[in-house]
Amino acid sequence: MLPTARSLAAHSAGAPALAVLDQGNGCPPSGSATALTGAGATFPAPIYTRWFDAYASACGVRVNYQAIGSGGGIRQHTERTVDFGASDAILTPEQFAAAPGTIMIPTVAGAVAIVANLDGLTPGQLDVSGDTIAKIYLGQITRWNDPRLAAENPGQDLPDRAITPVRRSDGSGTTNIFTTYLSKVSSDWQQQVGAGTSVQWPAGVGGEGNAGVAGQVRQIPGAIGYVELAYAKQNNLTWLGVRNQANNYVQPSLESTTAAMEGIELPDNMQVMLVDSANPSAYPIAGFTWLVVYQNQTDRAKAQSLVALMRWALTDGQAMAEPLDYAQLSPTAQQKALALVNSISVNGQPALP
Amino acid sequence: MVSRSPLAPAPRGAAAVPANAAAPRGLARRRRDLGDRLFTTAVTAMAFALVGLVVLLLVSLFQDAALAMGRFGLAFIWGSVWNPVTHVFGVLPAVYGTLATSCVALLIAVPIGLGAGIFLAEFAPPWLERPLAFLIELLAAIPSVVLGLWALFILVPVLRPVEGWLGRHLGFLPLFSGPPIGIGILAASLILTIMVLPILTTIIREVIRAVPENQREAAYALGATEWEAIAGVVLPYGRSGILGAVTLALGRALGETLAVTMVIGNVFKIELSLFAQATTLASLIASQFREADSEIYLSALIYAGVVLFVITLVVNVAARLLVHRLSTAAIGLGKGGG
Repeated sequence: MLPTARSLAAHSAGAPALAVLDQGNGCPPSGSATALTGAGATFPAPIYTRWFDAYASACGVRVNYQAIGSGGGIRQHTERTVDFGASDAILTPEQFAAAPGTIMIPTVAGAVAIVANLDGLTPGQLDVSGDTIAKIYLGQITRWNDPRLAAENPGQDLPDRAITPVRRSDGSGTTNIFTTYLSKVSSDWQQQVGAGTSVQWPAGVGGEGNAGVAGQVRQIPGAIGYVELAYAKQNNLTWLGVRNQANNYVQPSLESTTAAMEGIELPDNMQVMLVDSANPSAYPIAGFTWLVVYQNQTDRAKAQSLVALMRWALTDGQAMAEPLDYAQLSPTAQQKALALVNSISVNGQPALP
Repeated sequence: MVSRSPLAPAPRGAAAVPANAAAPRGLARRRRDLGDRLFTTAVTAMAFALVGLVVLLLVSLFQDAALAMGRFGLAFIWGSVWNPVTHVFGVLPAVYGTLATSCVALLIAVPIGLGAGIFLAEFAPPWLERPLAFLIELLAAIPSVVLGLWALFILVPVLRPVEGWLGRHLGFLPLFSGPPIGIGILAASLILTIMVLPILTTIIREVIRAVPENQREAAYALGATEWEAIAGVVLPYGRSGILGAVTLALGRALGETLAVTMVIGNVFKIELSLFAQATTLASLIASQFREADSEIYLSALIYAGVVLFVITLVVNVAARLLVHRLSTAAIGLGKGGG
């Protein structure tokens, strides 16, 4: 008979009551670390906070997460000052070289909604293709009644108004997803601008953070901008439908974001951007957010807690994603993510059975 | 300690201690001298510590900027491309934005600050002056972020029709050209004006109050009106103080980050219109520092910080020299006037 939490607690008086590992999805075994530190991306901070809170009550493992940005998270991970990092962007070869043995484990996904400010616009009323978005942000399409926009919106009465593209002035994972998508669907964009958390924007005004972009879009009539889906939903912004690879115009939603995972070849190391997915119901501008850890850990106690935490987050924790407007991992994505977690070892031995 | 007659004058050069029974002798005196020396050493150390702090700051700044300095050299300052993807960096548009917003802000703030300061010092009745001065100082206590949000959500929508009007009537001037979307150099300058006014007004008020009464009386005695007395006598007398206030205000404006970032548009371009969007050195650094994902990118941002530091230094030194020139001129005038 498996020892229960109570009997364990009776044995180790003074230690927190940890339940025994059941099928690899629960709390870490006794002797594991009860405190972990992590730092990184701000995008998943709400769900991480929720997870770590729930995990602390269930298993007594306290996780301290600092949302200092993906760049900061990767830096701290490289310098080994935290137990795990978090990033919205895939590490560059330079960063991988500085932190050898790093693996990236996706936890949830988000989408980037294209929002606009036009009189009487309702969410999903207007559609736009990736190429058109690229041209708007390149400064090549400057008015709403441009024939290319009109062609994508037959029957809609587009006003003769200037388009003001709004983008992020600060570096961010959202920009990274957006520019990766534009680079994929527009060779002009790929050549002239490229992708990154911060790029040299040919046109448009910059806002600080999602709030800054949304604020500027709201202030400037005829403006168009990009924000995280969660932010757009919570603030009732009017978004546009975006054309995906299967030529369907899809609105950003949690379902269409999860669908995006099923239309892309997911590599085993899960370092892929979920843009321009082939799935017919996929939203084309989406991306994972990852936890960044070392595959070969040195501290067994911490490794056990880390692995148990990640296993829980990737299974039971996924149910908490939707209420917070994050997209769950698809079955394939979840499977590969768990495989990555299970590959974490301590001195050659797997961290947890 | 030689005792001497209390009526004899104290010898110069000797320890100027009165030769009476109250003077501490022996151990007590050594303790007091020790105390004096400790005190002197302590305050000297504090002064040097402060200087040392600044030097350390500079050293660490230069260290971190070394990579970018080596790669770009002085071309960084007049480069116009800021590309984090291809790692080409240059800050000329940011330098332009910093100087443009600060200068426009001062152009608007100095007359208002002067007027308010003169009013508070010369004309306001005491029951009005004190609460008004208090309110102006309170303006300085508003956090930058709050002012930035206020500017974005209240100032900008109000400014848009104003810019539209200016564009329609004065649009032939390059200063008022371009689409009036509200966000841009004018909005940033206005918010800087608001942030800088409290310093200006308070210091100018103090400077004017410090002008000796006899100067004013002399002016009135010569038949000057109130305005002539102020403009011709009081203000010139307080010239150096007023310039000091302007320097402080300029220093504040050059470094202001958050409020400016929210309303300047963050566009890396030089455009000579007030309606244009721009970027400043401070907002460039603050926006991009967190997500800078490569060594050269970080180093370039710190190099931008060094550039901002140098600009502030140059401005302050220039202002100091000007103050020095003006105050010696004033003294010269006084002597000559006799």
